[in-house]
Amino acid sequence: MKSRPFSKIAAGLAASLVLAAGTALAQTKPKVSFVYVGPVGDMGWSYQHHQGLEAIKKEFGDRIETNFVENVPEGPDAERVIDQLAATGSSLVFTTSFGFMNPTLKVAARHPKVKFEHATGFKQAPNVATYNARFYEGRHVIGLIAGKMTKTNTIGYIASFPIPEVVMGINAAYLAARSVNPAVKLKVVWVSTWFDPGKEAAAAKALVDQGADILMQHTDSPAPVKYAAEKGIFAFGQASDMTQFAPEKHLTAIIDNWNPYYIARVKALLDGTWKSGDTWDGIKEGTVVFAPWSKAIPADVVKLAETARDEIAAGTRHPFTGPVNKQDGTPWLKAGEKATDKDLSSMNFYVAGMEGSVPK
Amino acid sequence: MELLANILISAMIAATPLVLAATGELVAERSGVLNLGVEGMMIIGAIAGFAALLASGSVLVGLLAAMLGGALMAFLFGVLTLTFRANQVASGLALTMFGLGLSALWGQGYSGRSAPPFPRLSIPGLSDLPILGRLVFGQDGLVYLSLALVAAVAYVLARTRAGLVLRAVGENHHAAHAIGYSVVGVRYLAVMFGGAMAGLGGAYLSLVQTPLWVERMTAGRGWIALALVVFAAWRPWRALLGAYLFGLITILQLHSQALGLEVDAQLLSMVPYLATIVVLVLISRDSARARLAAPACLGKSFHASS
Repeated sequence: MKSRPFSKIAAGLAASLVLAAGTALAQTKPKVSFVYVGPVGDMGWSYQHHQGLEAIKKEFGDRIETNFVENVPEGPDAERVIDQLAATGSSLVFTTSFGFMNPTLKVAARHPKVKFEHATGFKQAPNVATYNARFYEGRHVIGLIAGKMTKTNTIGYIASFPIPEVVMGINAAYLAARSVNPAVKLKVVWVSTWFDPGKEAAAAKALVDQGADILMQHTDSPAPVKYAAEKGIFAFGQASDMTQFAPEKHLTAIIDNWNPYYIARVKALLDGTWKSGDTWDGIKEGTVVFAPWSKAIPADVVKLAETARDEIAAGTRHPFTGPVNKQDGTPWLKAGEKATDKDLSSMNFYVAGMEGSVPK
Repeated sequence: MELLANILISAMIAATPLVLAATGELVAERSGVLNLGVEGMMIIGAIAGFAALLASGSVLVGLLAAMLGGALMAFLFGVLTLTFRANQVASGLALTMFGLGLSALWGQGYSGRSAPPFPRLSIPGLSDLPILGRLVFGQDGLVYLSLALVAAVAYVLARTRAGLVLRAVGENHHAAHAIGYSVVGVRYLAVMFGGAMAGLGGAYLSLVQTPLWVERMTAGRGWIALALVVFAAWRPWRALLGAYLFGLITILQLHSQALGLEVDAQLLSMVPYLATIVVLVLISRDSARARLAAPACLGKSFHASS
């Protein structure tokens, strides 16, 4: 009888030992964290990054832990969130919006042992790598399709913020559209937000009211595509396949496929080979992919688009090939000259032929 | 001229969720309750309306569900702040966070689904008139409803006994209690009316304006509605004016860009807020009265014995 309390205590001790060992084991597992600017359910940008998180979970299973924070505003709050992740045991933190650049670098300086990866930025550090996708390659392809398919010769473009990433997308789409349709115009509306379905829909309406009959967007919600469906005009999805919002009118979408990159980087972390750097993958590496072509695109236009896609993948075509002048008339690329990555990642001007101006 | 009509129509569409939410909040505040949970009630209305419309196929059921969703959220707020006398500011902020979280959870299965287009008024002859036709006779029903609502609220507050009781509760709850009115009862009704209107405003976004469901789609409109109530000095018609002004300038700046006018994007996105505040401050600058405009018991808990 006397042994009973003892056995209880022993059992309790054993259980707590197991628990403690479990926690200790858990702590040795590297934790990979993600910071998103929008909600996981935005069906666009943040959704695609989250698909990457799901992909590494599937790939590495029990070998890693993951967590994420969504709806993090670009600004002081971002620094607090990133710092907290770094301070609570994350080994690798992906910060997935341009505006997280400086907060990421600041936090990285305070946590030299934690590794960071910042999407779409241009500043690196020994423990901060940057990565981006060559979305402008995708914009070139959809620009060709839009140039061929517009009847009013007016393409509407809903833009977010005047950062190089967005400006180069506009220029790439315009140059491609003009190359197949010299009369084409590209109207741009800046909405100063990545995500506000109501405002994005209003911008889409403003563009359509002013004659656009095909819409492109560089914002994250499917509202413009949905509006296009209602109006019976064509639109391109952004970041993920948005066919479901406009089955008849969604021509294709540039899909951000971060999965291969995330898997490679987490593998490097586990293997101990992680190094800072700057990665810029595109169609060739499978980071920029297209949603299935809509049946509404004529066969010859599909062929044109596929040729462009394959040539870009093969390296025989560059969306920014001279002669191209800047909007103000100053020469930029000589005949046959290709834009350098440095030129692209600091682009803050429209090319010749564009109307309006890049907001300062 | 066609463009002008388009701009005005878009402006009314952009303003309508604000008109609805601000009018509802105005009634709650006139009864002395500050509910900062407008954003949370709107987003619940957005998903409730969307889910009910998809389930039933009926726009009316969708709108009723949105109002019910918003009103239930407001009821929850009422239980916290009126029955248990919790701090109104903190409870309102919590309500917003709760609403955003709950709607995201509830909405998981609804991302990517499509609602049928919302019916628009069409009067043969009248709706086909140039410009005025579509502007005055061709809007969706909720635009007319929101206008009627502002008129009704303005009338009830200023000219009826019920409005008088509501204002009495908001201005001096002890006096209202002393002459036999149920302060807490009146406030429950006012807060729930506010919730129902916020829910309707949210549903306008998810059923008419976009029309789709995405997480966090209200994108801060609840906060703008709250600000409008203050800048409108708690008067329904001024809240309507403020909301329309805000909508008009938002749409104007989008159109001016599409027209190719040279303007600064950051400045432009600031203008709707700035202009609305300036105009509303100017019209309510009659200082002595402006200071008296806020309901005297706004934000204060009521306890019968104190």
